[in-house]
Amino acid sequence: MSTPAPALALRDVSKRFGAVQALDRSSITVRAGTVHALLGENGAGKSTLMRIAFGLARPDDGEIQVRGTRCAFASAADAGAAGLGMVHQHFMLVPALTVAENVALGGRGRFAAAAVAERIRAIGEETGLRLEPDAEAGTLPVSAQQRLEIVKALARGASVLILDEPTAVLAPTEARELLAWVRRWATGERAAVLITHHLDEALAVADDVTVLRRGVTVLARPVAAVPRQAIIGGMLGEGELHAGAAPLVHLEEPARGAPLVPPGAAAPAGRRPVLSIHEASVVDARGVVRLAGATCEIAGGEIVGVAAIEGSGQAELLRLLSGRLAPTSGTVSIPDEVAFVPADRQRDALVLDFTLVENMALRGAGAARGRVPWKAMANETALALEQFDIRGAGRQAPARSLSGGNQQKFVLARELSGAPAALVAENPTRGLDIRATADVLARVRAARSAGLAVVVYSEDLDEVLALADRVLVVHQGRVRAMAPDREAVGRAMLGAQ
Amino acid sequence: MSDALTALLEGSVRTATPLAFAALGEVVAERSGVINIGLEGAIIAGALGGLLAAGAGGVVAGFAGAIVAGVAVAAVFAAFTIALRVDQIITGTGITLLSLGLTGAIYRAAYGTGGAALGTPTIGPAPVPGLSALPWVGPALFAQPVTTYVVMILAPATWWWMYRTHDGLALRACGENPEAAEAAGIRASRLQAAAVLWGGALGGLAGGTLVLAQAGTFAEGMSAGRGFIAIAIVVLGRWHPIGVIVAGLLFGAANSVQFLFQAMGWQAPYQLFLATPYVLTLVALATVRSQGVAPAALGRPRRDTA
Amino acid sequence: MSRVRSSPLVAAMGIAASTLLLLVVMLAAGGFDVGAALSALVSGAAGSPTAFLSGTLVRATPLLLTGLAVTVAFQAGVLNIGAEGQLLAGAAVATAVGLGVPAGLLTVLLALAAGASAGAAWAAIAAVLRQRFGVLEVISTIMLNFVAQLTVAWLVRGPLQEPSHIYPQSEALPMVARLPALVPGTRLHWGFALGVAAAFAASFVMRRTAAGFRLRVVGANPFAAAVAGRINATRVAFGAFVVSGALAGLAGATEVGGVTFALYETLSPGYGYSAIAVALLARLDARLVILSAVLFGGLEAGAVAMQRDAGVPSVVVNVVEATLILMVLAASRLDALMGSVDDTTLAPEAGPPTRDRPR
Repeated sequence: MSTPAPALALRDVSKRFGAVQALDRSSITVRAGTVHALLGENGAGKSTLMRIAFGLARPDDGEIQVRGTRCAFASAADAGAAGLGMVHQHFMLVPALTVAENVALGGRGRFAAAAVAERIRAIGEETGLRLEPDAEAGTLPVSAQQRLEIVKALARGASVLILDEPTAVLAPTEARELLAWVRRWATGERAAVLITHHLDEALAVADDVTVLRRGVTVLARPVAAVPRQAIIGGMLGEGELHAGAAPLVHLEEPARGAPLVPPGAAAPAGRRPVLSIHEASVVDARGVVRLAGATCEIAGGEIVGVAAIEGSGQAELLRLLSGRLAPTSGTVSIPDEVAFVPADRQRDALVLDFTLVENMALRGAGAARGRVPWKAMANETALALEQFDIRGAGRQAPARSLSGGNQQKFVLARELSGAPAALVAENPTRGLDIRATADVLARVRAARSAGLAVVVYSEDLDEVLALADRVLVVHQGRVRAMAPDREAVGRAMLGAQ
Repeated sequence: MSDALTALLEGSVRTATPLAFAALGEVVAERSGVINIGLEGAIIAGALGGLLAAGAGGVVAGFAGAIVAGVAVAAVFAAFTIALRVDQIITGTGITLLSLGLTGAIYRAAYGTGGAALGTPTIGPAPVPGLSALPWVGPALFAQPVTTYVVMILAPATWWWMYRTHDGLALRACGENPEAAEAAGIRASRLQAAAVLWGGALGGLAGGTLVLAQAGTFAEGMSAGRGFIAIAIVVLGRWHPIGVIVAGLLFGAANSVQFLFQAMGWQAPYQLFLATPYVLTLVALATVRSQGVAPAALGRPRRDTA
Repeated sequence: MSRVRSSPLVAAMGIAASTLLLLVVMLAAGGFDVGAALSALVSGAAGSPTAFLSGTLVRATPLLLTGLAVTVAFQAGVLNIGAEGQLLAGAAVATAVGLGVPAGLLTVLLALAAGASAGAAWAAIAAVLRQRFGVLEVISTIMLNFVAQLTVAWLVRGPLQEPSHIYPQSEALPMVARLPALVPGTRLHWGFALGVAAAFAASFVMRRTAAGFRLRVVGANPFAAAVAGRINATRVAFGAFVVSGALAGLAGATEVGGVTFALYETLSPGYGYSAIAVALLARLDARLVILSAVLFGGLEAGAVAMQRDAGVPSVVVNVVEATLILMVLAASRLDALMGSVDDTTLAPEAGPPTRDRPR
């Protein structure tokens, strides 16, 4: 045998969802003993390819090989038995179960918690991924939950780990630690696949790189043999790169002009705050303090970015600022109408089965009296569709029929249609393709130019830094204002001084 | 007085038996994330199935018929809610109404409008030698029909299966986060369907118990809301098999308190006694905090698209 | 409740047609003479002006009002299965008012108002349990149906029993407490006109007014209602629940005031449950509820004739109704599934289909 068989190989895999060709004869070859970066923009097909590798989706065409053996996985269990393990971007944990129960999930026969706990401890000794077996998974911090995801895979004997955007939920230091661990682990027969759209972190640890664009493998080389610029070109397509129409926030260094005014909690000097909260606290139904004594002011004509690890209290801060939540204590002073773009647009911003006109009428529906002026609503909707360049659906089409990007643009259009004095946006580009992302970000910047007070949270720190004049960091319910400096903000998100 | 207390205890356990059957099945279904409001339908179907099968082939056949009927009703529910992913609550309501109507129609077609099926074979109490002579609790716990003993064994068995086997673990995971369960290689839908069918079997058994171990005959609508009461018992028992048995006994006692009052010579409209379990259900549901205890994915139809 | 893409009227007719087919199959399976049974059904429902006016439309009246009750509640996402109990509460209180209030011209109106209020109050119990304690309204309303049934059983043997204390029923209402006939010489009373007016009013409110829009939004997506619409979803749902109860209570009052003229424990053959089928067949469209109530009124009137002339148990109608509920559910669900095949939201950015996006 001259060269050992690759740990994992997918050849000419195709997959279609409805009208969309998600994968078009794409391939990837992961050598044993390597870390393999799978790169591509949102919607390029990275996750779909790996879900097929892991038996969560069936390919329409193409083949999967694990260590030279051709496999057909009917389920994730089959893939697990073949030695594959997957850590999903959104963790696949059962919060109400213990660490040991989560690890044991999917087994057969009698369940003996003590034996599983022993196994978890042994893995901890061997790999350094230590966990308390009896802890309830839902109570663990995010980084420990991710450790648990990896331990789950290792406990099943995984020798090929697929990590889908593993750093998306981690603070910078945690992310570096995780990547270093992956690098140390992937030796000998073992291998790891890193799915990411963060180019630099991938290149820092990966041996090989595969780039997907629109479901097609456009590049597959050792990292050392390919220049950075060629990878970027592959991800975006050469033409689009040179046209340079879209602000490529994921790939370029954030445009980081000097802040207009020295950063602080107060609005820039000389400008009247549009949104202000003072010593505001939020305690949830279970008595947990989500936000503790937050104070900040946002003036017209500035974008204030919010940086935080998921669940730090940023959701409550945004809802206070947009009037969607009343504080448990403290004061909130905001205009009657604040435009609000929630993170989960399909759940919180739209009624998917209603027409666009009806969705337009949703703004201010709580305080409306008498009859609904349907004619005026229809005109307003037509105007919004035209001004925000939302194509593919008429006014009377259900919101469901719009693409994700167009749904988001419609939400923005609706929220801005009442000429509000402030805009609060939560993860406004999540799940959008690169063009829709650029569109949405341009609209947010335009709102600032139009003199609105703008607050934007994104789970992508680079996006926050690229947009923001000032940054509010939320950590464990406490809010701190600072300049948009990556290192300082990153540390503050973790609670470091 | 002591006789009355013995009667109260005995009556409590007797009336609790069908409720406990139904609730023990429902607890399995709910822990898998499915709330089967059609349980009432499984009970009434089990009652009629038990009657028809017992008339044809004796008591054992009767209980088998009750189980088959309950499973059949649950299968319709599973097809709608798990395969088609229709709303569980409305489907369950529809299935309950269908079962009540269908059993009525079949009963009338089989026995005519006036003809009650008398002469149905039934099972009597099977006293456990020695234990049944214990004061007070003897008749209550050890001089009951076999069905009561089956429940007594089924509850700890359910607990063991739920907490000490991988299948039980998988079931609990489905009720909390079916996506995570599937990612771990568990066929969540298949497991949920099995849980619903099991719930239907026990619901049918509850109906069979009503006919073959208690009433000795069938009446239209004789399930009388027991399916819904069983769902309340699951809540009151905090989704735990042992808790469900305790809560079931509480309902049995509330139902049997009339014997005590009668013994004390206290006269009240009998409708007041009949209304007790329904009012108690409302009180139980209102006072028990279910948040944080109920399976997180309970009743949630999975979205087709993100 | 999800909306439907295809024309609701067409879909409803398709379902009604398959229901008829189902009835035929069931009759054949039960060994009945299908032709005789169906001809009895048709003649009982619409064989003569009397059959239609005094049979079908009289039975359609409580179905119309309770069907509207279910429509209003379901549109707001409130699964009120308690129209039966609310109807009985309305009937009982309307009877008490009709008998107890000194006879005058306003007696009948007072009785109707009292019936509606009683239905609203009975629904409010479940509404409070839902809002304050998170009690599933399906269970609470069904429990309250049993309690209402037992309460009426007690009333007609106790406080409201007729003076001779022999029969389990109330004294007959005086003429001033009765609803006048809508068509002289028939049993059709003004309650039917009231129901039709209520249907048009409900339809107008739902489609044209801000309050009705709020109700629909809360029913379709309570999250978007609260976040994007800044609607107090709890309050809207509570209001819908109470209005729903009032409509069902009104059904009870019109039944006592227009048909039975006294309170009986067998007053309703399950109108409140049939109402669910009536509302779902009408796809929760208040105006279509009129048609579907008349259809079911005909079915129930015809079933009586079917039992009398062809020996078919009249409960077969309940089977047909319940089957219809399930068929409507399946149909709207299949509709939604088929409508989403070429849905652009299935693009890979949203992940493959069949999977919930975890959060």
